[in-house]
Amino acid sequence: MLNYNAYDILETIRMIQDECLDIRTITMGISLLDCIDSDIDRACEKVYEKITTKAKDLVKVGERIEKEYGIPIIHKRISVTPIAIVSAACKAKNPVKFALTLQKAADTCGVNFIGGYSALVQKGFSAGDVELINSIPEALSVTSNICSSVNVGSSKTGINMDAVAMMGKIIKQSAEITADNQCIGPAKLVVFCNAPEDNPFMAGAFHGTGEPDCVINVGVSGPGVVRSAIKKYPDASIDEIADIIKKTAFKITRMGQLVGSKASQMLGVPFGIVDLSLAPTPAVGDSVAHILEEIGLESCGTHGTTAALALLNDAVKKGGVMASSNVGGLSGAFIPVSEDAGMIDAVNCGALGIEKLEAMTAVCSVGLDMIVVPGDITPETISAIIADEAAIGMVNNKTTAVRLIPAIGKNVGETLEFGGLLGSGPVMNVNTKSPAKFISRGGRIPAPMHSIKN
Amino acid sequence: MRAVITVIGKDNVGILAKVSTICAEYNANVMDVTQSVLQDMFAMIMMVDISKMNSDFVVLGDKLKELGDTLGLSIHTMHEDIFNSMHRI
Repeated sequence: MLNYNAYDILETIRMIQDECLDIRTITMGISLLDCIDSDIDRACEKVYEKITTKAKDLVKVGERIEKEYGIPIIHKRISVTPIAIVSAACKAKNPVKFALTLQKAADTCGVNFIGGYSALVQKGFSAGDVELINSIPEALSVTSNICSSVNVGSSKTGINMDAVAMMGKIIKQSAEITADNQCIGPAKLVVFCNAPEDNPFMAGAFHGTGEPDCVINVGVSGPGVVRSAIKKYPDASIDEIADIIKKTAFKITRMGQLVGSKASQMLGVPFGIVDLSLAPTPAVGDSVAHILEEIGLESCGTHGTTAALALLNDAVKKGGVMASSNVGGLSGAFIPVSEDAGMIDAVNCGALGIEKLEAMTAVCSVGLDMIVVPGDITPETISAIIADEAAIGMVNNKTTAVRLIPAIGKNVGETLEFGGLLGSGPVMNVNTKSPAKFISRGGRIPAPMHSIKN
Repeated sequence: MRAVITVIGKDNVGILAKVSTICAEYNANVMDVTQSVLQDMFAMIMMVDISKMNSDFVVLGDKLKELGDTLGLSIHTMHEDIFNSMHRI
């Protein structure tokens, strides 16, 4: 009668209980295209109405699934159409009202985050984009659960250097006006190249215009499980390690697929994708850096880190792809510094610097994520870091992102404490030679030759 | 529809009886039981039919967890779908 052997059952329970396996997020994507109105108050009313109607049961359903399957679902989130598109038609020029509306909707629905205070400007600015970008620092300081993102480049279009220059200033400003609150503003702001339209993870989630009206996307978390699996085979060759990771990723992703399809069925909303990314948390035993160390590095950040990460990222995808009917979002390995206990240790012991992190982003899923930099960093240097990262994404046909937090009034050796999933970040050293001339030129970096595929 | 109940912890007299009493209370039919000792820990796994239950499945899970807390055991009640999807292709 028992279809499973005891080992399988206990393995699943151990993964959840001891190895921090969980569903990181169920994210409901909601289109706000039908809320557009030239009267900003009317538009905000429609936005509030639509979100609170579509997502009214999201948290309840999430909690129900948690109990039924015994698997923790850490966050319930919402992503919406980039607000710059929604606000473009409004005569009123300050879109912060939308941020406040989203916050009110988040409170009503009980979700942890709403993402989509966003603009897509990879080729240039259209109506509403500049106003939205300029309003980001204020929007992030007057709200607590709203996330913002700006896409400044893509492999198809090149990199909008005017937007890159702007974002350096916006990130700095955003840190300055939240300086008395651990500079939390820019921790909720991502600058992308090749932003995916179905990403369930924050801070970069938004609901793309090609998406259905409403959709459920799921992100899983399981670095601890992967690490424990590798630990059992101390003498395995690299091929065997890749195989172990694949098998583990398969199991983790199957769980995401199950939870996603169940949620979509219970909510009567189509199931979008499972994001295969292994999302770490600051909790001990839930670190991507520790996987790399288990593979055989004394500390994450030393030579060999990029190769080990490439192996991990590839194996996670190969294992995950078969486990899910639709894979999407960012799908890779996340390497946020402040959200990963192993990364924090690696920075503190001097093994991991921003240059190595940049190299790692060429082979992982995202980019320079949750990196705390000295408060006296110039906006031009931030812009130049964004440009470097966007160039890696553009040339390699992959998503890259930058989430830097200037620690106002702090320097290398000090720390910012965000708390919760955002963790705490040591201030990291950056190159202080000026890129100001390069950034001030403006214009657009043309798309690479290999983008011309037709 | 079936669920898997796992009881992990130190062996003790009457565990099976206490767990099955709660199952009976909610009309969840015990279909199979296996016991094993894994890494010095006692592990009991029960397969129960939950299709004819007289209350919500989630309530059974809560009740068993409560029992586990009083006995110093960890008791998990999970829908079998999770094992199906993880361990079967």
